Amino acid sequence: MKVLVPVKRVIDYNVKVKVQADGSGVDLANVKMSMNPFDEIAVEEAIRLKEAGVASEVVVVSIGEKKATDTIRNALAMGADRGILVTEDQGVDIEPLAVAKILAKVVEEESPELVILGKQAIDNDMNATGQMLAALLGWGQATFASEVKIEDGKAVVTREVDGGLQTISVSLPAIVTTDLRLNEPRYASLPNIMKAKKKPLDEKTAADYGVDTAPRLTVVTTEEPAGREAGIKVGSVDELVAKLKEGGLV
Amino acid sequence: MAVLLLAEVAGGALAVDATAKAATAGAKLGDVTVLVCGPSSAADEAAKIDGVSKVLVADDAAYANGLAENLADLIVSLAGDYSHIIAPATTTGKNVLPRVAALLDVMVLSEVIEVVDADTFKRPVYAGNAIQTVKSGDATKVITFRTSTFDAAGLSGSASVEAAAGAGDKGLSSFVEDKVAESDRPELTSAKIVVSGGRGVGSEESFSIIEALADKLGAAVGASRAAVDSGFAPNDWQVGQTGKVVAPELYIACGISGAIQHLAGMKDSKVIVAINKDEEAPIFQVADFGLVADLFDAVPELTEKL
Ligand SMILES: Cc1cc2nc3c(=O)[nH]c(=O)nc-3n(C[C@H](O)[C@H](O)[C@H](O)COP(=O)(O)OP(=O)(O)OC[C@H]3O[C@@H](n4cnc5c(N)ncnc54)[C@H](O)[C@@H]3O)c2cc1C
Ligand SMILES: Cc1cc2nc3c(=O)[nH]c(=O)nc-3n(C[C@H](O)[C@H](O)[C@H](O)COP(=O)(O)OP(=O)(O)OC[C@H]3O[C@@H](n4cnc5c(N)ncnc54)[C@H](O)[C@@H]3O)c2cc1C
Repeated sequence: MKVLVPVKRVIDYNVKVKVQADGSGVDLANVKMSMNPFDEIAVEEAIRLKEAGVASEVVVVSIGEKKATDTIRNALAMGADRGILVTEDQGVDIEPLAVAKILAKVVEEESPELVILGKQAIDNDMNATGQMLAALLGWGQATFASEVKIEDGKAVVTREVDGGLQTISVSLPAIVTTDLRLNEPRYASLPNIMKAKKKPLDEKTAADYGVDTAPRLTVVTTEEPAGREAGIKVGSVDELVAKLKEGGLV
Repeated sequence: MAVLLLAEVAGGALAVDATAKAATAGAKLGDVTVLVCGPSSAADEAAKIDGVSKVLVADDAAYANGLAENLADLIVSLAGDYSHIIAPATTTGKNVLPRVAALLDVMVLSEVIEVVDADTFKRPVYAGNAIQTVKSGDATKVITFRTSTFDAAGLSGSASVEAAAGAGDKGLSSFVEDKVAESDRPELTSAKIVVSGGRGVGSEESFSIIEALADKLGAAVGASRAAVDSGFAPNDWQVGQTGKVVAPELYIACGISGAIQHLAGMKDSKVIVAINKDEEAPIFQVADFGLVADLFDAVPELTEKL
């Protein structure tokens, strides 16, 4: 069974983004970029399936600027077998719908039985790409996974939902999106980082797939959220109780 | 403009709060029809929501467990009549609506916090550190609304209820089981007061002091990701960028440092109280009332004195 894992290069989760004063977007110059944390979890899960003898090959794909090569190499260093980079013109927005359309073409070429994506990318927080890809392929979907078991041509997936946990069974081929508690991704060791440089990496362009990536959404402005001022420090529990009573809060 | 709202149904009952909040958002866009995938008792509840003009009910085993493939096909079969297809940004809404959007060849807008006009919406990006105003050029707008930013519509309406023809079971996925925690506490996303614990609480056993304070206040219990990952608290208590977003009247954070991902889920609370033994903890930068103290002393004392 081949597993495909789409990985996205995003602003590192430790960086506090700054909104540009003219409302044109956020300042991405010279900020640290990393693999989307949910995608590290997706790569880890795919590698574990391979180590368990369930998966035969793990292919990672990233869509974006040329620099997304780093993200792919990172996944290869973790243990993925090969990479595909689909470059888009710099500065052109690729929305989840277009990303999903490109991924659908990659799926057509690669015929994986399982595609594992992150549940959301921590930059746009859209939480959409996996569900959209499932729709375009006519496949079943198991989103927000905290446990994945492959058995009898099915993925049995436990999902983190508002009320607790839900377990569903999805026929393969299928889409899974990862939640935080699916696994703890490994760090790539130095020898593996060196080895990853020799692993195969194909380069394509969105145009190769004949997909229309024209955005459907226009960003009108990007603003700072309403700020919140620090309040006061209280010296004791009694003072806190008094403040809460004063405010009619308790 | 005609709006189709996917009602939130949990355990065979209407989740009134989430649905009524999305109805408030929908009413800003046009005439709201609510689709209830569940029993007629849930549809009758939905018919009471103010501003709802019609309720469609699809009471069919194929929809009983919220399976995305079946729900999405049903919504798509109804979509022709509507300019906007909306849902509250619950795990069900976020699971189903992007699938609907792709089937209609349109983009989805997730976690919208404000309606500017029929095509233009505000949504947070980068863990709420930036707010984007986006305009959609799509024929049908597919949107999930973050419930914490809308007031719930009242319950004095009496809309008509009609049956919707089901689209059947696609057979791509099937339900195995639910593990739902039963609790007498208010629901996290609609509670007036939330008491949350973080890694500082130290263990599952000592989370009981957080729960005791919550119960004294009639509050819901929340947790940071670190507390959930460490097994102190269940996953459905997680507040934050990738958990639940809450905006109660009062949020009490105990032993939580205040990482941006946590703040993303609670910084719109009216009043924030932080109890932390580290006076440099970033949570104090957003807290209205900060108490530098050991939570194992301060929290039980607070519970006693309230
Ligand atoms: C230079 C540039 C500028 C951009 N500017 C904007 C902008 O201003 N506004 C805007 O809305 N979008 C913009 N985009 C597009 C944006 O970065 C995302 O690729 C797209 O919106 C996906 O949304 P999301 O990240 O919220 O996806 P989600 O649906 O949250 O992502 C879920 C999962 O899908 C997969 N995935 C998503 N994107 C990719 C990808 N590119 N490659 C591989 N896997 C992927 C990952 O597994 C990820 O975990 C820009 C893209 C580029 C290259
Ligand atoms: C992709 C991604 C998504 C994430 N999503 C979320 C999310 O949705 N929600 C979320 O919360 N986090 C999320 N995080 C994690 C986040 O970055 C932080 O790691 C997390 O919020 C830290 O939790 P904490 O404050 O409980 O723990 P810590 O940062 O370890 O803080 C513990 C605090 O407790 C205090 N303390 C310790 N002992 C005591 C005592 N006896 N009395 C009083 N105070 C004490 C300490 O001073 C410290 O400030 C995410 C991270 C990533 C990478």
